[in-house]
Amino acid sequence: MNTAPAQRLDNSAATAPFDAERVRADFPILSRTVHDKPLTFLDSGASAQKPRQVIDAISRCYEAEYANIHRGVYELSAKATEAYEGARARVQRFVNARSPNEIVFTKGTTEAINLVATSWGGAFLGEGDEVVLSMLEHHANIVPWQLLRERTGIVLKVVPTDENGAFLLDAYEALVGPRTKLVALTHVSNVLGTVVPVAEVVRIARANGAKVLVDGAQGIVHQPVDVQALDVDFYCFSGHKLYGPSGIGVLYGKEALLAAMPPYQGGGDMIERVTFERTTFAPPPARFEAGTPPIAGTVGLHAAIDYVASFDPAAVAAHEHDLLAYATERLSALNSVRLYGTAPGKAAIVSFTMDDVHPHDIGTILDRAGVAVRVGHHCAQPLMDHFDIAGTVRASFGLYNTRADVDRLIDGLDEVREIFG
Amino acid sequence: MSELRELYQEVILDHGKSPRNFGKPPAVTGESHGHNPLCGDTITIYVDVANDVVTDIGFEGRGCAISMASASMMTEMLRGKSRDEVEAMFAEFHALVASTEPACEAGFETPDLDKLIVLAGVREFPMRVKCATLPWHTMKAALEGESEEITTE
Repeated sequence: MNTAPAQRLDNSAATAPFDAERVRADFPILSRTVHDKPLTFLDSGASAQKPRQVIDAISRCYEAEYANIHRGVYELSAKATEAYEGARARVQRFVNARSPNEIVFTKGTTEAINLVATSWGGAFLGEGDEVVLSMLEHHANIVPWQLLRERTGIVLKVVPTDENGAFLLDAYEALVGPRTKLVALTHVSNVLGTVVPVAEVVRIARANGAKVLVDGAQGIVHQPVDVQALDVDFYCFSGHKLYGPSGIGVLYGKEALLAAMPPYQGGGDMIERVTFERTTFAPPPARFEAGTPPIAGTVGLHAAIDYVASFDPAAVAAHEHDLLAYATERLSALNSVRLYGTAPGKAAIVSFTMDDVHPHDIGTILDRAGVAVRVGHHCAQPLMDHFDIAGTVRASFGLYNTRADVDRLIDGLDEVREIFG
Repeated sequence: MSELRELYQEVILDHGKSPRNFGKPPAVTGESHGHNPLCGDTITIYVDVANDVVTDIGFEGRGCAISMASASMMTEMLRGKSRDEVEAMFAEFHALVASTEPACEAGFETPDLDKLIVLAGVREFPMRVKCATLPWHTMKAALEGESEEITTE
């Protein structure tokens, strides 16, 4: 177990000034072409590309240290277990949890939210209890609560948003009341980039005795997260948006909450003692990790966190802010473009439509220019309904993007204009 | 011609921008809803069938240029056709946009279908084939009186 000084070293080591070109060299995929054009990857919000450091760590795991974890008495299993629990400890330090026992490995953000809805929600929420969501939510933070509503009769309340896509703190405060048991909000909107003021959200929730779950799928990528400083009860995120592998994610939960929660799935690794009459369950986090987990996935996640933490967060933020400002400026200069999501302080995600050209057609034309963007509803249909649109084109920026990527996007949009007249 | 120009030919852009037969016909004997959950596009096809002949057809919905053009051109083509003719056209259209065979060098059994050859460009864009076929699948369901929503998935 690492001690406190190591934690500071891990998370705040600004080893070098931020150099996007150097970052690009770490990502092998960025040197390939698409339709004979250089790849312009603007879809990190859906899933980020992987640096050599992550790819190598996964390869090393399979080449040299792979076996199933726990209970193996042989060397390789011990090594794999060490790597697996080492990854947990790395996540703990990354988000500043009090204990590694507060870190549960899941398939991703979606499974983490489902775990809380099923286990905590199933055990502690009942008819008439209120769960507060917002208009900004991804389907992954809507549907699990609807499923819970069908089973238990909870009531869902939705914090509205305005025409800028801002999170309306006053409206939120008005919705939270004595019946509110949980506030489940995204940290950063995956469509608009809106940043939800989690600290204020938590303060208001606490005043009403409600717990807080944060969907951090986008949030963990765009700023350092300190779960103790934020005082959230649950924080969920995925490895694959954080430059790590897919199939691995994290549920952070306060230890006392996790300890009170029943198992989510049954199987190996999550038990203490099994007989046909009765089974006793392991304490968290093992209680929530039934079956063989994605072992190499945790190794890759560890490497991804090391990679992300090697940059100065302020320099990364400045870089992303520059890209966002530049993209906003260039897109705003196009008469045909309408931007969605202009809340102050937003993350580096831009969503837009273009006159009457459907996002799908724009996406196809951009693809032929080597520009990868996401088009459609972005798993946020209620938000699309709010703006009364079928979908948007979304460009989301990562560590490796540069102003040249924005220029290629704009050139691609010129081509759209040319074809659609 | 580049693959993009092949896909977005003038006639497709025109139908996409000003779809024909957009709206619900005065008399309707069958209707069906189509949905592409990937992009959220929706379409409703209305048919008026008398003596096994499509006497009127119209559609509503929103979607990309390809799906709107495909729906528009389809409705122009199907008015006055018998169920059997529609069935044959459906099969030929499907082969046109989804098959890997050269695009109908031998011509079509249904002469009118020549007009739809402009949609063959979609073959080079596998992610977009469903945009072109959704209106046809939805139309078929409307003809057959199926109440379940048609999806591309």
